[in-house]
Amino acid sequence: MPSKRIGIQTIDLPNRPAICAAATYVGRMEGEGPLGSEFDYITQDELYNQDTFELAEKQLYLDAIRKAIEKSGSLPQDIQFLLGGDLLNQIITASFSARDLGIPFIGLYGACSTMAESLALGGMLLDGGHAQQVVCAASSHFCTAERQYRFPLEFGTQRPPTAQWTVTGAGAVVLNAAPKAPVMARIARVCMGRVVDLGISDANNMGAAMAPVSANIGPCPEGKAHDKGLDVYTSVPQHMKHRPHAA
Amino acid sequence: MDKQRVHTDPQHYSWLTDQLSPPSQLGSGLFNAFWVGGLICVLGQAVTDFGYQTLNLTARDASCLACVVLIFLTAVLTGIGIFDKLGKFAGAGTFVPITGFANAMVSPALEFRREGLVLGLGAKLFTIAGPVLVYGIGASVLVGIIYALFIH
Repeated sequence: MPSKRIGIQTIDLPNRPAICAAATYVGRMEGEGPLGSEFDYITQDELYNQDTFELAEKQLYLDAIRKAIEKSGSLPQDIQFLLGGDLLNQIITASFSARDLGIPFIGLYGACSTMAESLALGGMLLDGGHAQQVVCAASSHFCTAERQYRFPLEFGTQRPPTAQWTVTGAGAVVLNAAPKAPVMARIARVCMGRVVDLGISDANNMGAAMAPVSANIGPCPEGKAHDKGLDVYTSVPQHMKHRPHAA
Repeated sequence: MDKQRVHTDPQHYSWLTDQLSPPSQLGSGLFNAFWVGGLICVLGQAVTDFGYQTLNLTARDASCLACVVLIFLTAVLTGIGIFDKLGKFAGAGTFVPITGFANAMVSPALEFRREGLVLGLGAKLFTIAGPVLVYGIGASVLVGIIYALFIH
């Protein structure tokens, strides 16, 4: 059997599982953004008719999953796995939603990468023939993340220009392995990232903390001489070529 | 386009990040902090003078009155969701006066009230102000002991 591994971190999915339906439920600010017209539902109410922000996030998550399943033309009992996560402790949003849906649940935590992680693993499940139809989902809520990771909402602080804003919203997609399934897109290959830590400790500069892994640069893992650095093509501004700390 | 080996040492990366991150608006930030903070202090002084001259309080009681009024106003403004917008605008201007401390107490109280009165509000009331209290009171005890032993 030929190996599906085609690189150090990359796996080929020869059966090309299809993304057959997707749904997104978001908050007001997201709805006002450039993608506003693309969302299935925009709530003006951060509490989404619930008692707490955590319950609101769970409801957004559930509604996104139910909508995606409905769009795919199937029922929750036709889904063989639910892969998903969120930002909160014990991925509580995803777990409680899985309880309500009753679909076999694979809980994931990758913070910002949870959605991509769920698609990668869901794609592999389908490509390997372990399932016919799975749902991948992820969510976050500004008001729940803010108090878990930073300060209470009413605390009057300034954000530096590099600070990120946690999305209020949930997204879900249905993956299907059947050759005749409707296709929005296909998953052709999966590339799993390494954890790359270049020492950024500023919680208000997540972009800088996460950028190195996208370029796949980082410190050399023990015993892997070939990972010492990568030849990449870049246009580096002239003043950046000066490297005061170059070894 | 250059072909170059991407550098991987954290020191260089941290330098690059500093170069490329947009800086805070220092000029307007300082200006807003100055006039908002200044106005809060003027308000406090006005209350002190009012207590001293009109209510015939002692100087000590008058400044106490100013503290109470500023803390009360901050708590109300925090509760109706105005203070965090003011804080975003004025930064240290609202944070350095006693208003900052009041906000640091009231905002967790509001936030964690939903988790219950004991394990929510009670346990998390001091999440922001706690370190200030621990080291503030700790330092005052230490200074008090030194004062009692060696100076008094």
